[in-house]
Amino acid sequence: MSNTSLTRRGLLKSSAVAGAGLAVPTIFTASSASAFTNEPTGGSVTLGFNVPQSGPYADEGADELRAYELAVEHLNGGGDGGMINTFSSKTLDGTGILGKKVEYVTGDTQTKSDAARASAKSMIEKDGAIMITGGSSSGVAVAVQALCQEAGVIFMAGLTHSNDTTGKDKKANGFRHFFNSYMSGAALAPILQANYGSDRKAYHLTADYNWGYTTEEAVRTSTEAVGWETVAAVKTPLTQTDFSSYIAPVLQTDADVLVLNHYGGNMVNSLTNAVQFGLRDKLVNGKNFEIVVPLYSRLMARGAGANVKGIFGSTNWHWSLQDEGSQAFVRSFGTKYGFPPSQAAHTCYVQALLYADAVNRAGSFNPCAVGEALEGFEFDGMGNGPTLYRAEDHQCFKDVLVVKGKENPTSEFDLLEIVEITPVSQVTYDASIFGGELGACNPGA
Amino acid sequence: MEAIILQILNGLDKGSAYALIALGLTLIFGTLGVVNFAHGALFMIGAFCAVILQRLLSLSHQVVDETRTDFLGNPLKVDVPYVYDWFGEAAGQAIINWSVPLAIVFSIPVMVAAGFAMERGLIKYFYKRPHADQILVTFGLAIVLQEIIKYFFGANPIPTPAPPAFTGSFDFGALIGLENIIYPYWRLVYFLFSMAIITAVFGFLQFTTFGMVVRAGMADRETVGLLGINIDKRFTIMFGLAAAVAGLAGVMYAPINSPNYHMGMDFLVLSFVVVVVGGMGSLPGAVLAGFLLGILESFASLPQVIDIIPGINQIIIYLVAIVILLTRPRGLMGRKGVMEE
Repeated sequence: MSNTSLTRRGLLKSSAVAGAGLAVPTIFTASSASAFTNEPTGGSVTLGFNVPQSGPYADEGADELRAYELAVEHLNGGGDGGMINTFSSKTLDGTGILGKKVEYVTGDTQTKSDAARASAKSMIEKDGAIMITGGSSSGVAVAVQALCQEAGVIFMAGLTHSNDTTGKDKKANGFRHFFNSYMSGAALAPILQANYGSDRKAYHLTADYNWGYTTEEAVRTSTEAVGWETVAAVKTPLTQTDFSSYIAPVLQTDADVLVLNHYGGNMVNSLTNAVQFGLRDKLVNGKNFEIVVPLYSRLMARGAGANVKGIFGSTNWHWSLQDEGSQAFVRSFGTKYGFPPSQAAHTCYVQALLYADAVNRAGSFNPCAVGEALEGFEFDGMGNGPTLYRAEDHQCFKDVLVVKGKENPTSEFDLLEIVEITPVSQVTYDASIFGGELGACNPGA
Repeated sequence: MEAIILQILNGLDKGSAYALIALGLTLIFGTLGVVNFAHGALFMIGAFCAVILQRLLSLSHQVVDETRTDFLGNPLKVDVPYVYDWFGEAAGQAIINWSVPLAIVFSIPVMVAAGFAMERGLIKYFYKRPHADQILVTFGLAIVLQEIIKYFFGANPIPTPAPPAFTGSFDFGALIGLENIIYPYWRLVYFLFSMAIITAVFGFLQFTTFGMVVRAGMADRETVGLLGINIDKRFTIMFGLAAAVAGLAGVMYAPINSPNYHMGMDFLVLSFVVVVVGGMGSLPGAVLAGFLLGILESFASLPQVIDIIPGINQIIIYLVAIVILLTRPRGLMGRKGVMEE
């Protein structure tokens, strides 16, 4: 028999706690019957695919969505199974996730943080999505990751390359398969040194936002470590379309390399303008002037046309890889859609499968159990060789591809050629260098 | 010195685009009194005329090349343009390579028709409505047009190169005894082309009877109407002309930056600033302000300038607009009284 007594202080404390609980939006609370947010109760489970369906990255978003639809088809036992057949973990058997049929809802990030958060919130709150995945921008990834952390669902990032996503802005509920700026720099520098030498003067044009800063820093640090000098680093507005007034001053310096820390339309325009101004035909310090694009995307490279020829960059994955996993994915995707998948499609497809497998291994949809299953998970057969989901920052560590614009493409998809597969050991770094704290996992209950 | 000359050159080609778009905007505002936020979309449609013609000329049939394979390991299907079959490979490729200049001819009727359709189909119903309504409806129209383009052409930029004879750059510095002033051929072509268009529009308005009536209508619409002249019909034609000017600016801009569905919006706000700085309704003002702001923007992008005033490259045009609106609300060459009430 317990002895209970009601005191004024106790009543005030209880009221305050109850009041605070009621004040929290419903999205951040689970029903009393559930152990975690959106616990699936029926025969199906809903995943939320949050991709840019409008705005400048809509084509990349469309490719992500294709990949997710393919992943759902494979998880539910349809098609040829794709990478499920090559994945080193064997928990996926075509019966959905934990025996529940996989369904999905989609949201449009518009590549805007507020819109992406709104669509993710809607999918969690109204559609009961148990996991949110996708996106094509680091700003969006960081924003949605924070929302998922608060809401108590897992976030499997899509295409996001900034160090911050699994650096200073990392969260316990967020996981990234895609590589990052640091890895691009670390993979590129030795190749640039081998091809262009150690005595080089680099001029950086950097998109004026978070991803641009981290990419510039990564490439600067790694190229300076091999002897290059950074002559100047100029920030360019994200909305800039004509880069001529930024490229012309390069001609007035003794720089012999131009590094374009640009992505998407910025990259297409700045590269096109640089080539128009004859930079690639120029001889400076007795050497050929060179251009480097740290992050390549095949979809974007198409926009730059022949201007990408011979230009080095890095990429997370490429359809021409010959490993069993990549071939299986290219076959599935190519047969269904008629063209090879992009790196964005690949990372999204892999993330969907990795989540499903983690749930199966954990035996639960509880985000904390899933997170635990993903942390420190080592796998293979997904197109990048042996890969580790590092527990300390939820960043995947795998080989990185250094690519070059192809001189003689055979089709509109055959734009890049793999120059080197940089081993994972060369791009691995200490988890603490970018700061941030994972914090505690939030199941939302 | 070289840096200054190079930035002036950059400013001139950038200013060419601003001037051409602002010229059309001013024509429409001056004649119809409409603030047309869909004008940037006309520039974008012009650029896509170049894309469309390039694709039409590149229409192909497929030939299977048994010696090569595609990404799935099947025999490679190679696209062979029909123009290769009709004119031979060399001549056919030359035709495709010259698709941008050829698109000038293609785009004029397309843009005039688009202008007529826009004016007769929608904008004429807003003549007597407040400017806020006009801005809302034309802005909405611009979004609809860009979404239509995105639906058919995707969101990514589409490379539309200049003819091989005009790709690359030349040493402008060598012409004036200086070094390191490299300038792309096509940008020079763009500047000369825009000067020709601007001259033609001014000549048309200045030296033809039609132009004289339009100018009279811009000055006093009611009086011209009282003389029995159907000024509305002429103004509709001017809308078509303004659309054609924007379209031509877009066609020729395609090799400078690969066209994408959003390019009209990228230029629209800047072009409105150009119109305001030049003076609402002033055609010479629009041209002057276009070049002036283009050059200022280029100078503000110099690293030495950014080092002194960080971020100046992003705000210079708006800063100038604020100063002009505060000190001379009618703009550089605006009529006394306009915007000054």
